[in-house]
Amino acid sequence: MKLSRKWLNEYVDLSLSEYGDRSFAEAMTVSGSKVEVTEDLSKNINNVKVGRIVSLEKHPNSDHMLVCQIDIGSGEPVQICTGAWNVHVGDLVPAALHNSLLPGGVKITKGKLRGVESNGMLCSLKELNVTTHDYPYAVIEAAAILGDYHPIDPAKPSISPDIKAGDKIYGKVIAARVEKLETVGYSQYKLSLDTGKGSVETVTGCQNIHQGDLLAYDTGKDKVCTLADLHAEQREFPHCITDGIFIINEDCKPGDDVAVLLGMDDHVVEFEITPNRPDCLCMIGLAREAAVTFGKELKLHEPVVKATAQGNINDMVKIVVEEPELCPRYTARMVRNVKIAPSPAWMRERIRNAGMRPINNVVDITNYVMLEYGQPMHAFDFSCVKNGEIHVRLAREGETIQTLDGNERKLSTSMLCICDTDRPVGVAGVMGGANSEIEGDTAMVLFESANFNGASIRRTATALGMRTDASSRYEKGLDVENTYKAVERACELIELLGAGEVVEGIIDVVPKELKETTLKLEPDKINALLGTDIAEEEMRRILIHLGFTMEGDIIHVPSWRGDVEHYSDIAEEVARFYGYNEIPTCFAGGNTTSGGFTHVQQCERQIGQTCRSLGMDEIITYSFISPSYYDKIRMPADSPLRDSLRILNPLGEDTSIMRTTVLPSMLEILSRNYNYRNRSAALYEIGKIYLKREDGMADEPKIVSIGAYGPEMNFFKLKGWVEALLADLKVGKLRFEAEKENPSYHPGRCAKVYVGETCVGVLGQIHPAVAENYGVDAELYCAELSFETMFELQGGTPVYVPLPKFPSVTRDIAVVCDSDIPVGRLLDCIMENGGEYLKDCSVFDVYTGHHIAEGKKSVAFSLVMRSDDQTLTDEHAGDTVKAVLSALEKNYGAVIR
Amino acid sequence: MKELMQQLRESAVKAILECDGADSLEALRVKYLGKKGKLTAILRQMGSLSAEERPAMGQLANQLRSDIENAIEQRRTQLASALMEKKLMDETLDVTMPGEQVHLGHKHPMYNVLDQIKDIFIGMGFEIVDGPEVELAEYNFTKLNIDESHPSRDWTDTFYFSEDGRVLLRTQTSPMQVHAMETKSLPIRMIAPGRVYRKDEVDATHSPMFHQIEGMVIDKGITMADLKATLNMVVEKIYGKGTVTRFRPHHFPFTEPSCELDIQCHKCGGKGCPTCKGEGWIEVLGAGMIHPKVLSGCGIDPDVYSGWAFGMGLERLAMGEYKITDLRLIFENDIRFLEQF
Repeated sequence: MKLSRKWLNEYVDLSLSEYGDRSFAEAMTVSGSKVEVTEDLSKNINNVKVGRIVSLEKHPNSDHMLVCQIDIGSGEPVQICTGAWNVHVGDLVPAALHNSLLPGGVKITKGKLRGVESNGMLCSLKELNVTTHDYPYAVIEAAAILGDYHPIDPAKPSISPDIKAGDKIYGKVIAARVEKLETVGYSQYKLSLDTGKGSVETVTGCQNIHQGDLLAYDTGKDKVCTLADLHAEQREFPHCITDGIFIINEDCKPGDDVAVLLGMDDHVVEFEITPNRPDCLCMIGLAREAAVTFGKELKLHEPVVKATAQGNINDMVKIVVEEPELCPRYTARMVRNVKIAPSPAWMRERIRNAGMRPINNVVDITNYVMLEYGQPMHAFDFSCVKNGEIHVRLAREGETIQTLDGNERKLSTSMLCICDTDRPVGVAGVMGGANSEIEGDTAMVLFESANFNGASIRRTATALGMRTDASSRYEKGLDVENTYKAVERACELIELLGAGEVVEGIIDVVPKELKETTLKLEPDKINALLGTDIAEEEMRRILIHLGFTMEGDIIHVPSWRGDVEHYSDIAEEVARFYGYNEIPTCFAGGNTTSGGFTHVQQCERQIGQTCRSLGMDEIITYSFISPSYYDKIRMPADSPLRDSLRILNPLGEDTSIMRTTVLPSMLEILSRNYNYRNRSAALYEIGKIYLKREDGMADEPKIVSIGAYGPEMNFFKLKGWVEALLADLKVGKLRFEAEKENPSYHPGRCAKVYVGETCVGVLGQIHPAVAENYGVDAELYCAELSFETMFELQGGTPVYVPLPKFPSVTRDIAVVCDSDIPVGRLLDCIMENGGEYLKDCSVFDVYTGHHIAEGKKSVAFSLVMRSDDQTLTDEHAGDTVKAVLSALEKNYGAVIR
Repeated sequence: MKELMQQLRESAVKAILECDGADSLEALRVKYLGKKGKLTAILRQMGSLSAEERPAMGQLANQLRSDIENAIEQRRTQLASALMEKKLMDETLDVTMPGEQVHLGHKHPMYNVLDQIKDIFIGMGFEIVDGPEVELAEYNFTKLNIDESHPSRDWTDTFYFSEDGRVLLRTQTSPMQVHAMETKSLPIRMIAPGRVYRKDEVDATHSPMFHQIEGMVIDKGITMADLKATLNMVVEKIYGKGTVTRFRPHHFPFTEPSCELDIQCHKCGGKGCPTCKGEGWIEVLGAGMIHPKVLSGCGIDPDVYSGWAFGMGLERLAMGEYKITDLRLIFENDIRFLEQF
């Protein structure tokens, strides 16, 4: 919401000089109306004055420039050159003088143009950052000046270069020379033309004509021809353009500041209005807030309508609200003898500074009232409302409407429409229909000022994809009481602008009883909630200033404050103007809570810490993936994990299902780093997967996801990490089993890790085909471990074991066995059969080849033996080794080498 | 004989002190003090001396032995220390050479900041709560006093799993307020950080998945003054002592009164600069007193208990902390980014 400070002054005395931008913004912001930005419009424009053209002559060194003498209200006239042809003696023009500033940061200084001094620049609308919407009268029309003719093909000119007055151009169009030119009105010129056969007089609106010019004159239509009339292209008449200097037609005199004239002597404050305060989306609403914020009086004006036209609206129109729930109020007035014209400068200026575009008086009035009262209005061309009936009803099956923006809209049966007896003439609260649009010849206008159900308007606007100024206000829920005042104000403005004659009477349909909210003022409760000690009198003062009325302890909530329905809302009103920052800062006593991390959270932190100490970086990946990612990781077509939760309205396919595995997320990040040519990467994430539940919701277990690649990376390094992670949690003995069935992993380099019979997860090298799917031609390693399982298997507090008192003895053995026997099984076998002295066993060599039979391998173990109560003898050690060897031979056929 | 001994002393000491290695020192020891050494040769002549002369000569001989031994010992020490010195010189390293590289893993920058926040709240007696991301509309909206027609429920804003709009991806961590109220015993002091989802296209400041931290306190006698005191303390711990804060009215359906907390721009001190978009203030979080309707909807009597809640965006906090300029970096997980923190 943009607020003009100049306009605001009409309701609250808050002059710019006394309440500067910063203090105004700060005070409004802390009372609840957040200021986003303040724009000083005058900063964009400086030293641009209204000038009157005293004289003009052709530039001596240019065939298209004019040298003007400009009266700027004081001293000698100033000489300024211009390339525009639409200027004439007597015109008022914006003159950017030496050292002036124009919108867009353009600086103007004096200089010479082709040797002739120019002390500034005459400005077009565009150079002043306005348009013909702001100044509809300043539309420029250009005649085809024959002296400017440049044939497309110089060899074949359509108009002879030697053409002279009286020569025929085509049909009844002849060349004529301007003997005399007289300005007879704004952009109206009386010309005396030499037609070769004497002189004729004609009037034209073309502004680029000067005495002596040779132009094309249609003797049949008595009309000076434009380019369009001649079917000429712009490039044929490069200087005869519909652009030029802004010829001012306002109540002003030479020397006046153009910034003021344009309404740019204003500061515009842009507010962020929260959706619960639609009442602040207008001047009066913000003025009320400002008045209370600064402790000033709010001056509101009561509209007065004379209603001088014949008849009474009640005899002319019938209004039926068929949907009372969706339209709690429909108020209307009628205007006759409408004269569509531009609205006056002050209104256009306010509309423009509020960020809207002026159109014409009737449309501008509806917008002006919306800006002032926050009540969207619509004006129908009453002649297009069939049978003089307005029905507020839902659209019927198959109905369509062409809206004012020219688009054909299909209506659905949930959309509220404004209809005549036959058809919709507007989409309620969203946009009017083209079939009842106000046009130049509109004579009777029906003003609608209605209240609609916000949710219904929002659904309709969303469904039609057209969020308008009106709908965005309606959807927040507007003040039902406002419709009457707003339509009165509109009619008052019609009379003020002389835009028509208001018909007596007003139709005000209120199909349902309007309810008022009342609350009890409970000062103790409010103070208890806020932690303050605000006096009841202060609370009453704030509420009354805001427009609440008090009756003893009963608070009557004003109609525009639909957001206030509870004592806590009253507390907020009080707190806002008492000052949030005046509320003390004071810790509540009360019970204490112990706080802290839960065991699960501690476990998660511990795992993260171990991952990092192992050299892994933490990543965060999206929870949603593409269904095609399951193919990328070669997940079997019948895998239950393919049954993901599917987002019905995803942003795109890539983020359309909730992942049931973390593998694609990790692979994506690995491949990204690989593609970024990062030499190696080791990553982890403790992320959720989302497993569909019967009730439509999800189980969301966490997975410890590990991924790595690089020259130092191999299966056993990964396995070492997994072992370290689990050892750190003091999980019991691990068992790794070769996993050949997981299609995402290398069938010979993948393992499942178990503790007892519980599987913790899977680890291994990613299948090269999967890596290829991710565009990686290197070995990728991943592990997926169940966090929940890790947490459950976590060991308790360790119990101290006395340190060994006696030295240990080491014996190395090497055995030969079938090469497909897993070393892990041999190790298990050794530990199980080594007896009480065997404390540890490690593998230090696995060998195949020379001296070892085909299909066999040699495995070397180092056995560590120790006794807790004596120094071990050779005999003890020998017995242990013997037991180990015999068990190996018996169970696995492994014999000593 | 006396003269002989004197000559021996002089020649021995000279030779010893000139000797330049452990081996030659040992040779000298044998030469002078050995069984066949020069001193022994002299002592052998003692027999030819008279009984009167013998004690004096014996004493002199002993003195001579001890002097030679001392000289040898002295020289041995000198040689050893010279040797040590040479060894140390030889072992000298270029200490400016880089140390052996240890690869330490890095916590994700956003979780660095999150852990900092968790520690702050744990220090104030809060617990940390985790909850579902696939959520019921009832918890994400309805029980938070967000009415059926609220725009945030639109399918253009929220991701849905069921046609009837019953199941969705939570758009905020606020449903954790409801879960906590329904399951925990009072009083409650908790924060609930986590992932949230909104239908925003990815760009430098938006992501369809991001993180929020929800916080809530419910007890008897909780006031807005307590909210201010607690959040001021949190802000001081995050942004440093002396950080100036401003509470300003705002609107959230589930709190009333509601506020937003701004901190004065640390870069310009509140004058207005590009960092604070000219406002002088930077928005940090939204908060408010829990709406009595929400309390009673969760079975808590608002006439007995009151509470406050807040919500803050983690991404923006982390981006501010580390001056990260593009949100996409957070989820891109390039190790060249991750390893900066």
